[in-house]
Amino acid sequence: MKAKYLLGILFWIVALALAFGLLYKHYDQIAMLNPKGWVAEQQKDLMWLATWLMLLVVLPVFIMTGWIAWKYRASNPHAKYTPDWDNSYLAEAVWWGFPLLIVSVLSVVTYTSSHKLDPYKPLESDTTPLKVQVVALQWKWLFIYPEQKIASVNLLQIPEKTPINFEITSDAPMNSFWIPELGGQIYAMSGMRTKLHLIADQPGEFAGSSANLSGVGFSGMRFTTKATSQQGFDEWVKKAQSSSQSLEAKSYEQLAIPSEYNPVALFTLKDPELFETILHQTMQME
Amino acid sequence: MFGKLTLDALKHGPIESGVSYSVGIVAIIVITLLFYFKGWEGLWKGWITTLDPKRIGRMYLIVSLLMLFKGVVDAGMIRAQLAFSVGESHGYLESNHFQQIFTAHGTSMIFFVGMGVVFGLLNIIVPLQIGARDVAFPFLNSLSFWLFSVGAILVNLSLMVGNFSGAGWLPYPPLSELQYSPDVGIDYWIWSVQIAGIGSLLSGVNFFVTILKMRAPGMTLMRMPLFTWSALNAMVLVIFAFPILTVALALLSLDRTLGMHFFTTDGGGNPMLFVNLIWAWGHPEVYILILPFFGVFSEVVSTFSEKRLFGYTSMVWALAAITFLSFLVWLHHFFTMGAGANVNAFFGVMTMLIAVPTGVKVFNWLFTMYGGRIHFKTPMLWFLAFIFIFGTGGMTGVLMAIPPADYQVHNSLFLIAHFHSMVIGGVLFGFFAAYSYWFPKVFGFTLNEKIGRYAFWCWFMGFILAIMPLYVLGMMGATRRLDHYDASTGWQPLYIVAAVGIIFIVLGVILQNIQLLASIAERRRNRDYTGDPWNGRTLEWATSSPPKFYNFAFVPEVHGRDAFWSMKQAEKAGGEHEHHYEAIHMPKRSGMGFYIGMWVFLLGFGLIWHIWWLVALTFLGMLIFTIIRLSDDEPEQLIPASKIKRIDLTKRHVHNGHS
Repeated sequence: MKAKYLLGILFWIVALALAFGLLYKHYDQIAMLNPKGWVAEQQKDLMWLATWLMLLVVLPVFIMTGWIAWKYRASNPHAKYTPDWDNSYLAEAVWWGFPLLIVSVLSVVTYTSSHKLDPYKPLESDTTPLKVQVVALQWKWLFIYPEQKIASVNLLQIPEKTPINFEITSDAPMNSFWIPELGGQIYAMSGMRTKLHLIADQPGEFAGSSANLSGVGFSGMRFTTKATSQQGFDEWVKKAQSSSQSLEAKSYEQLAIPSEYNPVALFTLKDPELFETILHQTMQME
Repeated sequence: MFGKLTLDALKHGPIESGVSYSVGIVAIIVITLLFYFKGWEGLWKGWITTLDPKRIGRMYLIVSLLMLFKGVVDAGMIRAQLAFSVGESHGYLESNHFQQIFTAHGTSMIFFVGMGVVFGLLNIIVPLQIGARDVAFPFLNSLSFWLFSVGAILVNLSLMVGNFSGAGWLPYPPLSELQYSPDVGIDYWIWSVQIAGIGSLLSGVNFFVTILKMRAPGMTLMRMPLFTWSALNAMVLVIFAFPILTVALALLSLDRTLGMHFFTTDGGGNPMLFVNLIWAWGHPEVYILILPFFGVFSEVVSTFSEKRLFGYTSMVWALAAITFLSFLVWLHHFFTMGAGANVNAFFGVMTMLIAVPTGVKVFNWLFTMYGGRIHFKTPMLWFLAFIFIFGTGGMTGVLMAIPPADYQVHNSLFLIAHFHSMVIGGVLFGFFAAYSYWFPKVFGFTLNEKIGRYAFWCWFMGFILAIMPLYVLGMMGATRRLDHYDASTGWQPLYIVAAVGIIFIVLGVILQNIQLLASIAERRRNRDYTGDPWNGRTLEWATSSPPKFYNFAFVPEVHGRDAFWSMKQAEKAGGEHEHHYEAIHMPKRSGMGFYIGMWVFLLGFGLIWHIWWLVALTFLGMLIFTIIRLSDDEPEQLIPASKIKRIDLTKRHVHNGHS
């Protein structure tokens, strides 16, 4: 009997060690834990802080569960049996009080971080922010750069160390705009303008996607975020500005036709008010 | 003539056709067997028209287990797709079909497995536990069950006629509006959930009244067993939450059938209004599912530790606190909508507060074990697994209650791992604990313990393999509901591990079936003659296993908590006293619940396919049958004392179904 239990415990230790060992080895593949921008960095720290705080309660519970279950097993003659002991004000005070204390601390963390990392709040930086307007389409992402008079599909090119001010809407079912290495997501909803502020602290390619189901082509709504030096970005802008394709009301209509796994495309922007037009189209009377 | 219904609705791919044919074959076999064994009369008199909550409860459980089977198959198909749909390969399922599968998975599991096992258990156990002979409204109970079944039938019918929704288990507009989903899939979803939901609401009222008005003499509120307390709280949630669902679905169906603009993007509608309404129901809903199983664990821990439940008063207040708070947290399902920081912080803090009473419950369970004599029967194994899974799931839940952290993990597989921890670890494991705990009460013999343990370990390992990798996948950027991903993501190994997990779970399910068959085969050996196989504490163990149709020949008198435990103590002290048998009022059986259910089924079908003459006809039929039932002046019968005495004195294990 004893050997069976020891074997069981050994199994779990080996399994856990293996699981965490593999996680450690592939740590750099876990996007959220390897942030490439200030926002994602803050969010990662927040998650770790909350996790440690909660472990203060959860870990003792796990240990106590194992210990109590083992000690008071029916076959143990040494444990004292107290069938009618069912109340202790001290114990009750501890386990209403201690979790409440932890939750109070977490509440303060929640309040301050909700304000500090409010996605609508512009990021503090000496560099002038870049404005990007995002439109979720069926089933691709349209990025409009009104200041540069260009647009792109499924490619988000940005300069590093520059705050990006996103304005987001949708001309499709609701989507969610998410680049995990740079920071959290926000919904893209038609007829509504949501805002998101992100920054890339280093150059690189970061995967982006839609996190909300939007129809059959949803899985293909992926885009690459390319963060380069300012110089690299300027060069890319020039390339886009010389694109043979241009975007105004009519070509937008073509683009908005549902399509799946769209390749990257670049446009010159003929209509600087395009985003506002898309945003307000649902307000027009039929 | 047939609205949108044409012959094209019957054309399907190989998988749906295969399912349709197998359902057809099984139906033919069942019907043939019924004719062969002349089972129709028994089926009609003993089951379809029964108003006995113990039988209605078993029918709930049968429907739920069938839907659970379907839900597990759906889950297996989802995992099989994702294990291989990477890079060049797009898997064996088309997006459209894949999306219907995960929608069916969620819909089946929440509305027809979760709700079904809750109401199944309540039907079987609550009247026994409060020392009652019946529920407050026996006919309403039968009607609720048939509405629930009609919902389940409609979900499955969509496999054969037309198609199901592909918009997720909660179909957010505008995706679920005509503009983006013109076919009948969403309508199937709306009407099956609407009909089952109305059944749930009626049941909620029924059990709320039953618990408040029909307790045995002496059972004050603060003497009620914890399972009954948790049921009462869940029913309060049903009564307050389900009307919101009914209205939200009604408005969505008005948009879709009459071209209105409640949730459309144009015409002044607002899709986020639906999202708010559906979660104002949806969050209480998850507590409707979990609270009864908190009750189950309270009973199980106390019984198998041979000890009084620790901190009873605290447990009751913790339940009440959870019930109250569950209405103040709905917005945490969409922090990413872009509400202000103060709004998000408020809902975040309210959400975290729920962790406090939940934590208190866990501590009280642990201290119920402390100083006890713990017998590790299968229900206890499910409980211990629950503590670990629910503990980690609870942690990630609080993590997601912090809005900026939620921005990252929202709608990712991290969220999926979280709520599967709560629903599998809490609801399903809770149900399995309840299943082996109360099985002997319902059927008169205990389940095979050894196979039960094997099944437990398969489920537990399967859960860890299938769900834990999803946390990591979520943090790697994998969102839910994808049917394909790039090879460069590096997700495939973890998806394969998750798929292997499902194999273990299926193995667990197979073992559970073997356990049931083996236990039936050896039932003579495992017969429970005492009615009290676990040395129980509450009133359901005071009567025979299985209980007679009237539950108790004598209404028990309650003198404290753990009513049966103290009765046994008093008996040991020689406190036995004489009873005389009395005549008992019991409801007559009635087919009206079934008939009305069938009218509603046709009504739902007509509404889905826009067959307006059928809608008018069936609505009228439903109305007329309701009036006929309401005009029945003698729905009850008096069973004479002599008959009660005769039944009660026959050997306890002789099954004596009422028909």
